[in-house]
Order: sequence, then structure tokens, then C-alpha cells
Amino acid sequence: MDGSAILERLRDRFGTRIVETHDFRGDHTAVVDRPALPDVLRACRDDAELGFDVLMDLTAVDYSRYPGREDGPRFEVVYHLYSLAWNHRLRVKVRVEEDDAVVPTAVRLWPIANWFEREVWDMFGVRFEGHPDPRRLLMYEEFVGHPLRKDYPVGRRQPLIGPRV
Amino acid sequence: MGVGSFFTGKLDEAIGWARKYSIFQYPFVTACCGMEYMATACSHYDVDRFGAGLPRFSPRQADVLFVVGTISHKMAPVLKRVYDQMTEPKWVVAFGVCTCTGGFYDNYATVMGIDTIIPVDVYIPGCPPRPESVLDGLMKLQDKIAASTQRF
Repeated sequence: MDGSAILERLRDRFGTRIVETHDFRGDHTAVVDRPALPDVLRACRDDAELGFDVLMDLTAVDYSRYPGREDGPRFEVVYHLYSLAWNHRLRVKVRVEEDDAVVPTAVRLWPIANWFEREVWDMFGVRFEGHPDPRRLLMYEEFVGHPLRKDYPVGRRQPLIGPRV
Repeated sequence: MGVGSFFTGKLDEAIGWARKYSIFQYPFVTACCGMEYMATACSHYDVDRFGAGLPRFSPRQADVLFVVGTISHKMAPVLKRVYDQMTEPKWVVAFGVCTCTGGFYDNYATVMGIDTIIPVDVYIPGCPPRPESVLDGLMKLQDKIAASTQRF
């Protein structure tokens, strides 16, 4: 299915719960209202015409220092979906505020989301509601903070052993 | 040598000479420098010429700790433990710029030089170092081993 047809199908089905859609150089994106996210993702996977059976990537963006978006919701969680059967792709985004950085988990739809969501929690501090094992993935337990947040000081080091710097 | 001639030398030198040609290395390989380490170890550059051809994969059996590749703060306690498990005499080679100074990984995750954790005898810079510089570093280590005063 063509990318714009995918977006059209989602808008027909979910109406205003799709906050915004756009495409850039052939990459189609749907920004979704957070409460609708589980339904939208499930529809993407289970709708035979969409058939997004692969979660290629799940990551986040910190917009707190992004020109023009400093005042908006701080984080955007990004899902990259791919359909093996149809060979088409879709990007789904959901915006969350800093003081309410919680997103419903996608582990039950795509098991690979388990580690992706742990990584996003580790790096950005976005929590995934309903995640079966919400530990850090890359950093160690003793690590304080979330290093890919824009306000994490570039020079801060948290060594386990060796000199404290 | 004629009849009655004899050869004198210090025991230190004899032991040093023997030790410098029987280097049993422990390769602590964590990153891309490992490829260059393998190139050095294989037949083309042939690290066996220097008596260092037999890597041991137990720290108890090794003399020289080759730290090859970036060390993260998460990995640092493991490296320290491997070093502590090696028996004396022991030496450490920092292989590649990440182990020397942290290299360009000036970030939240990386140890800024393994000499903040364990003592280092020879630094081999490069990203990664060419086999020639590895062999140069190895020869410098041999000189250091040969010249060291042995403790009994």
C-alpha cells in the first residue's frame, strides 16, 4: 500500500486520535494521541491491509533544546514499522510531557520492544507502562540520570571504580 | 672460547632474557582494535618471533595483560578483577588510543584511560595501531622486562 494510503486508512479509522500526519521524501509519519497508541499499533499489526509485522526500531527524541519546540512536549517516542508482506513502512510518533513521561508498552505486540523500551528508559527516562522487566539496558544499576537527555552534563562521569571526576 | 675461558653475567639478566622471550599474554579484547591484534598475531606479522605467540585465556597463566579496545565504566571492575587475578610478575599493555586516554569517546560511558584503574607499562597509540607499532610496543616491553630487577 502506498504511504499516503496508509495514513488515509489510519485517519479514517481513528479520526482525531491521529493528531497529525505528514510525509517527507517518501517517509510517512503519523503522530498519535497517547491514549490511542495501543489501539493504533495493534491496528497497524493486525489489519491485513497494513500488516506491520516488524517493529524495526523504537527510540525517543528530546526536543527540549530543539529550535522552535522548546515549549512543546519534551519527548517524542518514535516507532518504525515495516511490513514484510507488503514491503511498506510507517513511522508512528507519540508526544509526552517531561513530568508525565509514560507511554503504554508495545511488548505484547512485538516482543522485540522489550529491549528497545528498556534502552529508551535507560537513555531518556521515558517509562513504559506495563513493561514486564523495566530495568536499565546499557548503563549499570548505579548510574544516576539518563545520559541522552539534553540537560545531562556532557562532562559528567560516574565511574564504578577509579578516580571520581 | 679457549680452554679455561668462562662466561659471566648477572642472574637478573639471565632471567630477564628468558622472560622477555616467553611472554604469555592475556588478550582483553573489547572492540575494533581486536582485528588489528589478530592481524599482528597471525602469520604475516608473526608475533611468535618475539616469543609471544601463545595467548592464554586464563589470567592465572598470563604474564602480560593486553587491554585491546575501549573500556567502559561498566566493564572497568571486570578489567580490574582480571588484573588482580594475574600472578606476579605481570605487565600491562594499553593497546590503542581508547585504552591510553579514552580516545574520542569523551562521554558518559567510557573510562578515560585504563591507567586510572590499573598500572600500565607500555602505551601503543593509534586508532587502531598498525601491526608495526604493536610490534614496536612489544619490543619496548621486552626491553623493559629484560632490564627489570628481579625479585625473589
